[in-house]
Amino acid sequence: MKPIQAINDFVIKFANVNGSGSASANELFAKAILRMGVPVSPRNIFPSNIQGLPTWYEVRVSEKAYLGRRGGIDMMVAMNPQTWDADVAELEPGGYLFYDSTRPLPPAKFRDDINVIGMPLTEICNAVYTDARQRQLFKNIVYVGALSVLMEIDPQVIESLFGEQYKGKEKLLSSNVQALHLGRDFAKEHLKWPIGLRVRRADKVGNRIFVDGNAAAALGCVYGGATVAAWYPITPSSSCAEAFQKYCMKMRVDPITGQNKYAIVQAEDEIASIGMVVGAGWNGARAFTATSGPGISLMTEFIGLAYFAEIPVTIINVQRGGPSTGMPTRTQQADIIACAYASHGDTKHVLLFPEDPHECFEHAAAALDLAERLQTPVFVMTDLDIGMNQRLCEPFEWEEGRTYDRGKIMTAEELEAGKDFGRYKDVDGDGIPWRTLPGTHPAKGSYFTRGTTRDAYARYSERGPDYIYNVERLLRKFATAATIVPQPLTRLAKEKTKLGVIYFGSTSPAMKEALDVLDAQGVHIDAMRLRAYPFPESVSRFIADHDKVFVVEQNRDAQMRSLLVNELEIDPKRLVKVLHFDGTPITARFIAKAIMDKLPSRMKAGKKAESAEESVK
Amino acid sequence: MTYITKPRLHHPTLEVNKVGYTRRDYEGKISTLCAGCGHDSISAAIIQACWELDIEPHRVAKLSGIGCSSKTPDYFLGASHGFNTVHGRMPSVLTGANLANRELLYLGVSGDGDSASIGLGQFAHAMRRGVRMAYIVENNGVYGLTKGQFSATADQGSKSKKGVINSDSPVDLVGIALQLGATYVGRAFSGNKQELVPLIKGALSHGGAAFIDVISPCVAFNNHPGSTKSYDYVREHNESVSRIDFITPREEIVSEYAPGEVVDVRQHDGTILRLRSLHADYDPTSRASAMAYMQHHHERGEVVTGLLYVDPLATDMHTALNTTSEPLNMLGAGELCPGAAALEKINASLR
Repeated sequence: MKPIQAINDFVIKFANVNGSGSASANELFAKAILRMGVPVSPRNIFPSNIQGLPTWYEVRVSEKAYLGRRGGIDMMVAMNPQTWDADVAELEPGGYLFYDSTRPLPPAKFRDDINVIGMPLTEICNAVYTDARQRQLFKNIVYVGALSVLMEIDPQVIESLFGEQYKGKEKLLSSNVQALHLGRDFAKEHLKWPIGLRVRRADKVGNRIFVDGNAAAALGCVYGGATVAAWYPITPSSSCAEAFQKYCMKMRVDPITGQNKYAIVQAEDEIASIGMVVGAGWNGARAFTATSGPGISLMTEFIGLAYFAEIPVTIINVQRGGPSTGMPTRTQQADIIACAYASHGDTKHVLLFPEDPHECFEHAAAALDLAERLQTPVFVMTDLDIGMNQRLCEPFEWEEGRTYDRGKIMTAEELEAGKDFGRYKDVDGDGIPWRTLPGTHPAKGSYFTRGTTRDAYARYSERGPDYIYNVERLLRKFATAATIVPQPLTRLAKEKTKLGVIYFGSTSPAMKEALDVLDAQGVHIDAMRLRAYPFPESVSRFIADHDKVFVVEQNRDAQMRSLLVNELEIDPKRLVKVLHFDGTPITARFIAKAIMDKLPSRMKAGKKAESAEESVK
Repeated sequence: MTYITKPRLHHPTLEVNKVGYTRRDYEGKISTLCAGCGHDSISAAIIQACWELDIEPHRVAKLSGIGCSSKTPDYFLGASHGFNTVHGRMPSVLTGANLANRELLYLGVSGDGDSASIGLGQFAHAMRRGVRMAYIVENNGVYGLTKGQFSATADQGSKSKKGVINSDSPVDLVGIALQLGATYVGRAFSGNKQELVPLIKGALSHGGAAFIDVISPCVAFNNHPGSTKSYDYVREHNESVSRIDFITPREEIVSEYAPGEVVDVRQHDGTILRLRSLHADYDPTSRASAMAYMQHHHERGEVVTGLLYVDPLATDMHTALNTTSEPLNMLGAGELCPGAAALEKINASLR
């Protein structure tokens, strides 16, 4: 058996019990590697549970900055007896198994083709700590200490992270440092070190930041000028609303009066949440809600009202596995159709697809502008993978002096001057009408907002021509939307090719890596990353320019492909499905293999499908 | 819904209020409800109350849900922005609107189907939150627009027009409002304008969540013998606990009642609710006794009306949220955006 040898390029997975305090220790491990200048991308794989069920933390270390999930595990830190067998089985041959050896395990519990590293963690902690909770918590820090020896992670880096975390809490600081060295000292004395997996200082992190998408989207809402947030707790979106609260408390309190320049309401359900956002948007405040699939289902009646009554609304949808309660703690991109056409009647909505936390920030701020410019609901379609995991990404940017696009709001002065006001009248040819805010003018500009149909002057009307005028104008408005939403980005292959791939959202890092892998195999594919719906004209052109276009997405029913076929009237045969939907984030290995398998046979000649997989490592 | 605008011809001698409006300036489009509908009387009372209060019509936002009652905001305050939302969800939309601009007056109009059935949850939570608004339920115990089904406020044992007996217990919106923290709770009969107009004035001037349950008979589907929401039944069983007069600070207070009969309650904005108690033992500033009193009289089949409870110094959701006094919808990037330098600091903390 040949132990895996890899520097700055491996995957380590921690198998823990939920509620055991492992999360902060595991994050410490990931951050220490980052501080050594080596990119990492960790992912929490957690159950819908607070205490007791299994939870995993998978860290990919990649000097090449491949931040997607790779697939395969090189080292397992097996701290959970419940999942032991599956965890051990998951290791690559030649991989490393690190475990708590306090209680002996029968040889049948191990594998011959892996390297087993036992350390009596419980015994060590029981000897040093008397408090039960301390014994449990510090066990996590002790294994981080041991790993730092085995993988040559600089202990100074970990200590300085402790210093930042426990600033002003000297007692906690010193006890954590003590636990770290407890682990290090034992490892140095009793274990064989270093192992084949090692971290070496590099400079591949640059000025990138490490943050989760929910916090980033919340910050985007702060910068984008949201003043009203209404929400209902639902995994995996709750931390977005909570982060908005946290940032507002820091940055939106008037220093003189101590009063808040924001209002946040935890509503009784998602229906009330969206109702409040609709009311606030109608009344001229920038408002948003954060939710997930089941919340979207509940909101659909209101979404239709906002579409038809033309009210700015921003919805951050942190997608999870569906349908129904589905997999609340797993990731998917499976709400695309539900959001694109949410509500009864003929409705269509603007969707944005951020690829990482950096774009969660940008798209949240952009959504607030777009919602007011277009007077319609705008969805920011993030997902659990980018929402709840910290991801290395470009730093947030904000151009100093950037203002908000409030769209077409008629002022009291304009009304007074006799400007014609037809609430649903297309005066500019872009399908977007003018609106007035309540309380603007004593005699002019008031209107009655309703979901029932009306004429261009907002007067109740069930006349066919009035209805047709209105809904066709809404289509013109949607066409305008396609020109102002974030445009798709294209990466051309090294050689001219008739193959294309379309992808979006959290698939991005895995796709980038898969393209490199395929390229190395001589498979050349042009790639387009969608960033919004409605689709700009460039999407049709991209598809037209290629014979076959793979559409990579994380759902069962190829929802984005359906949307492309339906909206652009594409021959379905030209769009090849690449679908990943088991609730785990999509991997480069999966994409590369799926594309190789689906290549036209003449193109496969001379290229082994399996070689794509091997070359990833 | 109507699209018929009333003619704007005013009689030149029509009386003008302190802000320069005649009562007709508070009207809306022509009602399309049935002739004799109690709801039209409520619209008239709202018009009267707003005119008497010298409210500029455009400073009111009127919101409703779905149903006969929810159509009425089109029939009053034509110069106000109105919002006919979705069924049972007016409270959340009003809450959001109120968060956006705390300076407008919010009038929520709903019905018993809208607030006691599909919208019971939103009704309850708006009361809990202390949203500053006048929330009027035009309560007729029946679904009118869908032609005569019982609503959740129909009394147990009452008979529908088709002869069906209602076997379910009624939802008591007044009791729920009292229990959940509404700070102004009244009940009135749409046929009694003298009681209704001051109640609406008090609600519009109140500092927190004000709720008025107005029994408003449906002449088409619920005005027959055996109904407990008919004109005849309510007149026979109506028990007024208090009469209020609404007095603005500018008005001279003329005492014409013997001491003990009248209580002046000064509200947060200086207006005075002059309460004339019709029952010697009734204290409208005690939530607990109001609840007990209502239960007691309900058991006797009486419809108690009047101002049932008031907390004159009530505060609202904005106080609880500590929101800035300037309306949130007036704040621009200068006030809201922390700027590029602050973002650089955040970036630094995430490395």
